[in-house]
Amino acid sequence: MAKVAILTGYGINADNELKEAFLRAGAKQADRIHINDMIEKPEILDDYQILGFPGGFSFGDHLGSGLVMAHLFKQNLKGVLDKFIAKGKLIIGICNGFQVLVKMGVLPNFDGNWTQEVSLIHNNTGVFENSWLNVRFNPDSPCVWTKGLKEMDIPIRHGEGRFITKDKATLERIKALHLDTVIYNDRNPNGSECDIAGITDTTGRILGLMPHPEAFLTPENHPMWRRQEIKEAAGLALLKNGVDYIDSRNIK
Amino acid sequence: MRTEVYYRDNSIDGRARKVLASLRQNIDSRIQNVAMADVYLTKDIKGLTPELAAFLFSDSVAQRTAVDSPVAEGSLLPDWKYIVEVTYRPGVTNPTAITARKSVETALGRKLAQEEMIQTAVQYLIASPDLSDSQIASMQASFYNPLVQQAEFIKKEEWGTKKLPAFYPYKVASSEVTIKDFDLASMDDAALEKLSEERLLALNLTEMKSLQKYFTAPDTVAARKKAGMGNATDVELEMIGQTWSEHCKHKIFSADIDYEDTEAGTKEHIKSLYASYIKKTTKDLWDKKPFLRSVFSDNSGVVEFDKDNLVCFKVETHNSPSALDPYGGAITGIVGVNRDIIGTGKGARPFFNTDFLCFGNPDTPDEDIPSGLLHPKAVMSGVHHGIIDGGNQSGIPTVADGFLFDDSYTGKPLVFCGTGGIMPASMAGEGTWIKHINPGDKAVMIGGRIGKDGIHGATFSSLVLDEASPVSAVQIGDPITQKKMSDFLMEARDLGLYQGITDNGAGGLSSSLGEMAEYSNGVVIDLDKCPLKYQGLAPWEILVSESQERMSLAVEEKNIKAFLDLAAKRDVEATVVGEFNDSGYISILGRGRLAGYLSMEFLHKGLPAMHLNAVWKRPAAPDVKIEKEDPKELLIKILGDPNVSSRETLVRQYDHEVGAVSVVKPFVGKNSDAPSDGAVLKPVYGSSKGVTVTHGICPRVGDWDTYNMAQCAVDEAFRSHIALGGDPESASVLDNFCWPDPVKSAKTPDGEYKLAQLVRTCKGVNRICLDYGLPLISGKDSMKNDASMNGKKVSVRPTLLISLMGMIKDTKKAMTSDFKGCCDYIYILGKTTGAMGGSTYEKIKGKSMGASPSVDTKGAFKMYCQLASAIEKGLVASCHDMSDGGLAVALAESAMGGMCGCDVDLSGIPGDAGLDDIRTLFAESPSRFVISVKKENAAEFEKLMAGAPLKKAGETNCSDAVAFKKDGKTILSITCDEIVKAWKREI
Repeated sequence: MAKVAILTGYGINADNELKEAFLRAGAKQADRIHINDMIEKPEILDDYQILGFPGGFSFGDHLGSGLVMAHLFKQNLKGVLDKFIAKGKLIIGICNGFQVLVKMGVLPNFDGNWTQEVSLIHNNTGVFENSWLNVRFNPDSPCVWTKGLKEMDIPIRHGEGRFITKDKATLERIKALHLDTVIYNDRNPNGSECDIAGITDTTGRILGLMPHPEAFLTPENHPMWRRQEIKEAAGLALLKNGVDYIDSRNIK
Repeated sequence: MRTEVYYRDNSIDGRARKVLASLRQNIDSRIQNVAMADVYLTKDIKGLTPELAAFLFSDSVAQRTAVDSPVAEGSLLPDWKYIVEVTYRPGVTNPTAITARKSVETALGRKLAQEEMIQTAVQYLIASPDLSDSQIASMQASFYNPLVQQAEFIKKEEWGTKKLPAFYPYKVASSEVTIKDFDLASMDDAALEKLSEERLLALNLTEMKSLQKYFTAPDTVAARKKAGMGNATDVELEMIGQTWSEHCKHKIFSADIDYEDTEAGTKEHIKSLYASYIKKTTKDLWDKKPFLRSVFSDNSGVVEFDKDNLVCFKVETHNSPSALDPYGGAITGIVGVNRDIIGTGKGARPFFNTDFLCFGNPDTPDEDIPSGLLHPKAVMSGVHHGIIDGGNQSGIPTVADGFLFDDSYTGKPLVFCGTGGIMPASMAGEGTWIKHINPGDKAVMIGGRIGKDGIHGATFSSLVLDEASPVSAVQIGDPITQKKMSDFLMEARDLGLYQGITDNGAGGLSSSLGEMAEYSNGVVIDLDKCPLKYQGLAPWEILVSESQERMSLAVEEKNIKAFLDLAAKRDVEATVVGEFNDSGYISILGRGRLAGYLSMEFLHKGLPAMHLNAVWKRPAAPDVKIEKEDPKELLIKILGDPNVSSRETLVRQYDHEVGAVSVVKPFVGKNSDAPSDGAVLKPVYGSSKGVTVTHGICPRVGDWDTYNMAQCAVDEAFRSHIALGGDPESASVLDNFCWPDPVKSAKTPDGEYKLAQLVRTCKGVNRICLDYGLPLISGKDSMKNDASMNGKKVSVRPTLLISLMGMIKDTKKAMTSDFKGCCDYIYILGKTTGAMGGSTYEKIKGKSMGASPSVDTKGAFKMYCQLASAIEKGLVASCHDMSDGGLAVALAESAMGGMCGCDVDLSGIPGDAGLDDIRTLFAESPSRFVISVKKENAAEFEKLMAGAPLKKAGETNCSDAVAFKKDGKTILSITCDEIVKAWKREI
C-alpha cells in the first residue's frame, strides 16, 4: 500500500493539500517531512514509495525558482534519491516542486547523470498568474501518472513557469520520447515551448508539472461548479494513478 | 567579486519585457529595449570561486554568468544608453542576500563569518534615445525608493570613467551605546515638551507631566533607589512612549468626550467610545452568540468554527509606512497581521489573507501631487507588489480583496491588511484561545535578529506625516524567514512546547514582553542577550526596534531545551532574553546594569485619559437636482470608474487558491471574469462547512452623516455575506477606523466636527450590529491620517472598514452573482430610495448630492433571514448585492457573469415611488439584491419571501442585450459585450 513522503520546509507551502490529495487518492499514508529531517536521517525515505515535491516558494525563489532547494537537496540526498528511483518508486513535483526537479536535473535526466537540460523561467508576461485553464495529456507519454487521462481543468499559480530547453536538440529528444506529458490546451499562459506544462523522465515514473492537481480536491474547487455539474475532482485522478501503480505492483 | 547573472537571450526575459512596457508607457515611448541582470557582490568569502558562484547563483540552462566582467561590455544589450543598478541601503533587510548567504553556506558546508559578506543588486540596461533630465529623473524614481534603496546611474558616455561599485556601502551608522538619564524633576513644561518632541515620544504635556509625577513621587524614588536606579533612563522613556502611543493605547478611542448634537439639541458625556459602543455591542450580544470565544483581548478575535476548530480574524492598517515605502509598507503589513494570527491564543495557522487598499485617484495629474508625496499610481504599484509577495510567498491565499480610489487618500494611502486563522478547539484539555504566562517561564524571542529598522514605528504612525518623518520607520519584510518561523511554531504548538505567544509588531520587545508580563505581573528583560544584526545599537533601540519576523514566547523551564532544539533543527533562531515573574515590575537589563525599572501598574494604567470635545452640526443641504442625460452613457462611465471597474489583471497576480480551500473565487461566471461578492472558503478538509469573507466601506456616505456611513458599511459587509449564502445568525465583524486627526488644534481647527463624526460612526455601528446580531470581535483605529507637505495638508475622508467573517453551513449551497442561463425570473429585492449622497454618481459629477441613504436595520435583517433560507433551500440561481453604481451596475454584472441578456421592468420596484430614471438606476440604497430564480422554483421562493420588499422585474433571455424598462418603455439597453468592454477599462 502506497505511502507518500511530502517534502516541506524553507517556504514550501502547498504541502498540506498535497498530503490531503494523496490520502483522498487512496494512499495508505502521507507524511510531511522537513528537508532537514530527511538530511539528518535519509533512511527515512526507505519506508515510502512516492515522494512529492510540493508547490510554494522554496527560499523565496530569490535566486531563481527552486534553485536553492535543488542545490540543498542534491548536495545532501542525491544518493538516496537515486536509490529511490532505482527501486521503481515514483516522484511527483508540482509547480515549485517541478522547478526543483528540473534544476536538480532529475527531469528529464536523459543520461541518468542529473544534468540540467531544461528550465522554467519567468513567464513571458513578467507577472505571477492564478487562473484555471485546460490541459491535455500526451497519450503517447510513458508517464504512469497520466495514464488514461485525456484532459482536465486545473489551476495554475506561478510567476516562473515558462518551459524552455537547453537547445533545439533537447526539445526534439523530449518530443521523440514523448516526455512532453502535460500540454496547455486552450491557452499558453507563460510562453512555454510547445505549450509544455509538464514533463516526465525516461522511466515515466517521475512527473513534474506547473499546474496544481492537488488544488482540485473537491468539485467546489472548480470555478464553474455553480454553473455546471462537476462530477469529480479531476486533479485526484492523476494522483490516484500514482497510488494505483504502487499498489498494483506491490512496490515496497 | 562581482557576479552578474542574465538570461542567455534577452528576448526570453519576461521581467525585462514588463519593465520595458512600463518605461515606454510612463517615460518615453521611444525607449527601445531593456535588459536585466541579477548582481551578487561578495566580499572575502573563502572558498567561493567564480565557478561556484556561477553554479549557485544561476540557472545553467537559461542564464549566463559574468564574473568580474561587466555585462555592460558584453553582448546582452550592446547598444544600451543608460544603466541603473539598485540595491538596498545599509541595514535594510535584503531577503535575496539572506538566501544567497544560506546557499553559499550550504555549498561550503560552514557558517560564514560576519566579515564574509554578500550583497545583491538588480541591474537594468536601457537602450534608448537621449532622454531629458526630467525623464531620467522619473525613470530612476520608477526603479527605486531612496528611503530603502540606493542606486548607481551611468550614462554610456561615462562608462569607463564611471564604474559600478565592487561593493556597496554596508555599515549602519552606530549609535552611542550608552544609557542616558534624564532629571525629570528639574524640567519645566517647555522642557518636558521638548523632551517628548526630541525623542519622538509623541506624548503630550499632560502625559509628560504624569510621567514626571511618577518618577518624582517619593514611593517611586524609594523603590528605585532600593533597586539601584536613579533618574529616568532613555530605555524607560522609550518604553513608556511606545506603550502609551496612540498606536498602542488608542487614546482617542478611550478618551472622555463631551458630545454636543446641535441638530437634536442634546449634550452627553461619553466615557470611552471603545467601551461605550464597540465593546458594549459585543457584551450585549454575548449571551445570544454562543460561538464567541475571545474578543478584543488577544491579537485577533476568536470564534468557534465547528466543534473541533476555532477560527480567528484580524485586520490591521499599515498606512504611514506605505505612504513612505509602498512596497515595504504593504509587505510588512501582510506579514505583520499574519503574526497577529500566529500569536493568537496558543497559536493559529493563517488560512487566508484579505486586503482593502485605498489610494488617491490614479488619474491625478503629476502637478497636483504635493511635493514630498508619491503619486497614487506609484503608491498603488508598490503596495500591490507588496501584497503579492507577502501573500504568495507565505503560501496564504489572498481573497475578498478590494480597491477604493478617492482624492483624500493622496496624502496617506489606507492599506488594510487582514488575515484569518484556524486552530484546534482545544489542546491538552484546554481551550486553545487561552494562553498562560507564569512566573518562572522563560521569555524567548524567535525569528529574525534586531536591527535599527523600524525604530519608532508606533510613535511615528501616531503623528502627522511630514518632511521630518523618520525613515528608519520603513522596512522590508521577508516572508520566507517568517514562513520558516511559522512552520516551526505550528510544530512546537502541537508538541505543547510553549504556553504563551505574541507577535513583535509595533513597539517591538517593549510592547510584546510588556503585554505578556501582564499575565504574570512582571518580567526581567536582558537586552544584552538579544541577538543583533550588527553592533552599534543603543539599549533603548534594541528594546523598541520593530525589526520584522519576530515573535515572543513564554516557555516553561522544563520545555526550554526541547523548544530550543527544535528551533535549531528548523533553522530558526531562538534566544532566551528574559524571564517572567510576579514582581509587579518590568526590569530591563542593558550594558550589564539595570537600565529600566517600571511599575506594571504605572506602565499599563498610568496613562491619563484625554478629555475631548465633539460638536455635531449637519452639513447644509445642497441643491440636488438631477440633470437629464443618456442613462447608457452614464452606465458606461460608471462601469469604467476605478471604484467599479475590473481589477482582474491586478487580482490574478494574487494566489487566491493555495491551500485548496477556495469555493467562491474573486471572479465568477461563464468566463470567470465577473465580480463575486466576496470569498467562500472551506478551511477543514473533509468538512463542507465554510466561512465567508466580505468587506463594507463607503467613506463618501459620511460626507452627509457618518452615522449613515457606519450603517451602510456594516450593511454592505453583511448583505455580501448573505448574497454568498452565509448564515445570518453566525457572522462576526471587525471594525477598522482610519480617521483624520480629530483633536482640535491650530493645525486641525475642525477637530470637534471630525470627532463628532467619529462619535456618530460608533453610534451607527452599535445600533446596526445589535439589530443584525453581529458581534464585533476585534478592531483597530488609526487616528492621524493626515499628511502635511510644504504647508499643504491632505487628510483622509473619515473611513470605516467593516470586515466580516461569517459561517456558511454547507458550502455546496454557496451562491454566486452570475445569471445561470436564459429564462430565469429576475427579482429586485430591497427598497430603492432617492438619496444620492455618497454615490458613484455623485463622485463622477464632482458635486455634493446631499443626503446619503440610511439603513432600515430591523426591516433589513428580517429580509436577510428570509433570503438566506431561500438560498439554503436551493431556490435561488444567482444573487448579487447592489453596491457601487446601484441597480444598473449590479444587474449588468450579473448579466456579464452569465453572458446572457435580460429584460427588466423597473416600474413598481419597492421603495420610493416616482423616482426619476437616473435615481432608479444608479441610487446606492443599501440592503438590495438582484436575484435570479428558475421558473420552477419561483412560487416557493415568493412564498418564502412573503412580506419582503420584492418585485419580479423580468427574465433572463438568450439574447445578449440587457434592457431596462419602465412601464414597458426601454430606458436603457446595452449588450453584454458593451458591458464587458466598459467594465474592463483597467486601472
